[in-house]
Amino acid sequence: MSHIPAGGTGTASADAATPEPEPRDESRGKSRGPLTRRDARAGLTLISPTLVIVIFMVVLPILWTVMLAFRPLSLLNLATSGLFGTDFTLDNFRTVLTASGFGGSLLTTLVYSVLGTGSAIVLGLIAALAVRRTFPGRTFVRAAMLLPYVAPVVAATFVWRTMLDPQFGIINHWGTRLLGWDEPIAFLTQQSNPISLLGVEFSLPTALLSVIAFEAWRSFPFAFLFLTARLQAVPATLEEAARVDGATPLQRFRYVLLPQLLPTIAVLSILRFIWTFNSFDDIYLLTGGGAGTEVVSVRVFNYLTATGNIGLASAQALVLAAILAVLVGIYLKRFAPQEEKT
Amino acid sequence: MATEMREHTVQEPRDVPPDRQWSRDAVENRVFGILRWVVIAGLLLVTLFPFYYMGLLSIRALDEVILDPGALWVSLSELNFDTYTSVLSSPDSGGQGFLVFMRNSALVAFGTVALTLLVALPGAYAVSRLEFFGRRQVSALFLSVYLFPSILLAVPLFVAFTRIGQRGTLVGLLIVYVSQIVAVSIYMLRNYFDTIPVSLEESAALDGCGRLSIMWRISLPLAMPAIVANGLFVFMIAWNEFLFALLFLVEDRDKWTVSLGLSQLAGSIEIPTTVLMAGSVILTVPIIVIFFAAERLLTEGLTAGAEKG
Repeated sequence: MSHIPAGGTGTASADAATPEPEPRDESRGKSRGPLTRRDARAGLTLISPTLVIVIFMVVLPILWTVMLAFRPLSLLNLATSGLFGTDFTLDNFRTVLTASGFGGSLLTTLVYSVLGTGSAIVLGLIAALAVRRTFPGRTFVRAAMLLPYVAPVVAATFVWRTMLDPQFGIINHWGTRLLGWDEPIAFLTQQSNPISLLGVEFSLPTALLSVIAFEAWRSFPFAFLFLTARLQAVPATLEEAARVDGATPLQRFRYVLLPQLLPTIAVLSILRFIWTFNSFDDIYLLTGGGAGTEVVSVRVFNYLTATGNIGLASAQALVLAAILAVLVGIYLKRFAPQEEKT
Repeated sequence: MATEMREHTVQEPRDVPPDRQWSRDAVENRVFGILRWVVIAGLLLVTLFPFYYMGLLSIRALDEVILDPGALWVSLSELNFDTYTSVLSSPDSGGQGFLVFMRNSALVAFGTVALTLLVALPGAYAVSRLEFFGRRQVSALFLSVYLFPSILLAVPLFVAFTRIGQRGTLVGLLIVYVSQIVAVSIYMLRNYFDTIPVSLEESAALDGCGRLSIMWRISLPLAMPAIVANGLFVFMIAWNEFLFALLFLVEDRDKWTVSLGLSQLAGSIEIPTTVLMAGSVILTVPIIVIFFAAERLLTEGLTAGAEKG
């Protein structure tokens, strides 16, 4: 579910980046119509169903997770032990943090989110610049480029798995024939692949790079959509002036367009990073978390379903959220002043 | 490429005569003129090919795929639509039962759309139009809801629904979907309500309309495009969703959604890949149809406000 709502959130974040939020408020405040008297009551009545749903289905469950994380609870003793016990302990956190593979998993998550976010935004920027000027069929091209983002994740991962299959996948078929690969590459099941480049031997994390490529493919349309919208809002006179002054296309990009796009890119980076950091579907469906792609969210899922240990799953999920909060906090602290300037 | 562009840009004195044929400007213009088409072609290939391949495999016979995995098209004589009958028919008659999965997906998706709109429309109207105590806090709360990772919510919801015995029901799943989407939905609708001039409503009020009748007769009809776009958007999310479907419904095959069914069957060796590709097509086609039919509506809704950033 984390993927598609993106659109709405992007909107939201764009709002947040605007220096003066909701200017229409003031104008409305000044010219209050004849309806204001009962507005307060009507407003609360109309919003209350949503509020009830959000509080009971989102806010309280999250608070409850915090409680669960401190209790020794499994699916087996769920029926007998109360939902709100007082048998608090730190054991879950101790187990989760010292479990074998947690450090590696955290590193994998970081690499996956940083590279996935980065490549998706770069690809989206390239796409937005390429289709910037009108040409016949532009509407179709733009719609087509959004397909990876709107297509069902299960179908998309299944096609990728089939395409990357070492036995009858089309990528390996043409790779061995046209690109001179010695043997088919097990893109999704091989942890690392030795590569020798210019006489230097090193190994590439094959499966991890494959899921990052998938992530870039799937989420670049999101960046593309927002950067396209932002590009359209860049005043044509700016670029025209730069052109008259003799700026080449590259210089116009570097000194005119890029500064205009940077705030959008900053917002995109943080949104995509948050979602990629927590993303579960893509990796679970592509590799099942095997071959060195076990991100933390897959561990949460495994604690919950495979071992049925609610306490451990809650603790692991909280640890994931806490790390994310710290990272986002650092990012905001470091980059927020710059955003304000632009 | 973007980084490359940045690196190569050097501030040099502009003493090159602009009319010279190999001036930097002319070279760059020519290079990017060509590069642009290469990039467009490349991106189209990368985005469309997987979907083409999906359709292609779904109409080829399995033994031919194994004989010639690299084929990029299918000859008319090879055309084979048995995969679709096989994937749709019930397990009793040797099929995969996707018809049942489609029914489940449709039930959940349409139910989510109806319920979300029912709840979100009044909410969005209130947030956009009415001054009430805590309005800003409510907006902020809704915003933070969609930044929330669903994997974190999955744990307590899984536990709670297991405990009350509603895990494994389509209704339980539907409620979870509504709770996840309603905040996004309110946000999108609110943006649209904000663009409708208040004066229209005020004049109706002067004519003696009450708040409810203003909503019903003025605001709702005016917001119709946004409501349609929002409904389609919610449908797409609910139809595509995987994690909660997996957590809630996996035990009972009769309750699987298309997404869940495909993901569960994809691991099995007995089912031919071509048949599952037909399942993928069935899962994807409704989304593609909706998307192309309403592309303008949807992208405008998605980016409303992005221009401001």
